[in-house]
Amino acid sequence: MLCQECRRHEATIHIVKNVNGKQSELNLCESCARKKDELDFSFEPQFSLHKLFSSMLNQGLYGNREEMLADEKKCPSCSLTFAQFGQVGRLGCSDCVPAFEDKLKPLLKRIHGGSVHTGKVPEKARERVNILRELDQLKDELQEKVQNEEFEKAAQLRDRIREIEQDINRKNAETEDVDHNQEGEEH
Amino acid sequence: MKQLEFNLSRWMVGSGPENDIVISSRVRAARNLQNHPFPCLASGDETEQVLNKIKSATEGKAGFSDFQYLLMDQFSEIERQALVEKHLISLFLARDAKHGALLLRPDEDVSLMINEEDHLRIQAILPGLQLEEAWSEAGKLDDILESELEYAFDEKYGYLTACPTNIGTGLRASVMMHLPALVMTSQINRYLGALSQVGLMVRGLYGEGTEIIGNLAQVSNQVTLGQSEEEIVTNLSSVVCQVIEQEQNARQALLDKKRDELSDKAWRALGLLKHARIMGFQEAIQHISDLRLGHDLGLIKEVDQRLLNELLVLVRPGCLQLMARKKLSNREKNLERPVRVREALDRHFA
Ligand SMILES: [Zn+2]
Ligand SMILES: [Zn+2]
Repeated sequence: MLCQECRRHEATIHIVKNVNGKQSELNLCESCARKKDELDFSFEPQFSLHKLFSSMLNQGLYGNREEMLADEKKCPSCSLTFAQFGQVGRLGCSDCVPAFEDKLKPLLKRIHGGSVHTGKVPEKARERVNILRELDQLKDELQEKVQNEEFEKAAQLRDRIREIEQDINRKNAETEDVDHNQEGEEH
Repeated sequence: MKQLEFNLSRWMVGSGPENDIVISSRVRAARNLQNHPFPCLASGDETEQVLNKIKSATEGKAGFSDFQYLLMDQFSEIERQALVEKHLISLFLARDAKHGALLLRPDEDVSLMINEEDHLRIQAILPGLQLEEAWSEAGKLDDILESELEYAFDEKYGYLTACPTNIGTGLRASVMMHLPALVMTSQINRYLGALSQVGLMVRGLYGEGTEIIGNLAQVSNQVTLGQSEEEIVTNLSSVVCQVIEQEQNARQALLDKKRDELSDKAWRALGLLKHARIMGFQEAIQHISDLRLGHDLGLIKEVDQRLLNELLVLVRPGCLQLMARKKLSNREKNLERPVRVREALDRHFA
């Protein structure tokens, strides 16, 4: 029997593996077994992103496979393309997420089930995130009220949502102004 | 250059809740810096910049005052392997990182990996079942760092990470369990199989060749997006508690039926650990497991948890080579192992 790892040497070491409760056999040559001797206590997922990605490609979740692979749209900051991401399974920088959001969304959903972060928020982002989380909650409530035909309450909620959204837009405009001013100073 | 010594981390020496079944609890949180490419795409200059930024964010900060700053480049391959075996760094940091570094508190409970797959991995490891406490320890360091650094954080997707499997909380929590009775009664596959159905990952002591050896299994969360840190940690804890209960029931059943056999097994294991002259890793880890079960069931009072944990780590190939201060062939390791085991037993029984 040939070694499963290198497929060159005779397999002399046979290990019965137990992965997630399923038994399987590993047959290795001496030198490949020695490499396995290096213990890895990683608790990282052993999950093949590559496989998931190609199965999503094949299922047509990204439209036409060839078109998707030929799409040369790059992350504006690190120049990674989505096809390159598919090959290495790693994003290049924090701007990759907004750049490929529409394509990452279904992938994240497959991996995690969830699609929105509900955990810890850094102090610096807390105010803004709290507002956005409140907004999401109000929108859910609004839908519920509409479904229950409680139109008066729904109208109140809608006004509150509008108020918050206007507030957000105003703040966004302000920070953009600040950004422009800072850029002006640097030049 | 100072050489790394083999020493015991607090998770080996100390004790914690459910320590007879849960050996240790670990968490790590992945973080990245805004406006810096992630390590896999970064040039050597860029990883160096990140290293310096994080270093200066921790320097002089109260929470980091006694931390040791250890560059991967300063270590030999053997030293790095030993750090992996003590759960202080990942195989990736040991082998592939550019400007990889470890910030380590002297008790080795908490540490930071720099320039791993993400810029920053904040970790905590504690004895017994203490996931909440481990997350709280790691969270405190995170609080200090977030005020000093600009994290890559998205309002919708949370902490941004190189791998999509970590996006959200960036939190991976895991528990190392000793489950000899479930293995002996052939129930283990049923339980571990069920865990993978509820979004948890299970693996044996080995990482890549994941056979369950020495009756040790590691359970960790798979999902990081859509659950809060508290939910992740509480869910995992509650599932682990159920496994603990099953293991305890199985142990009691074994004790009722096979008390003498279990006692014999534990004493034989101690005999072999004391007197054998050639011993492979798997064999050693099995004897340590038998001895641990005998100790947990009160059948053998001559050993204690600390000794068992020490043995569990020192029989590992990297730690053996660290103590021998040289690279060893497989045969040499099998000769060295009983020597080091005997030394530890002699110290204990002295
Ligand atoms: Zn081979
Ligand atoms: Zn990018």
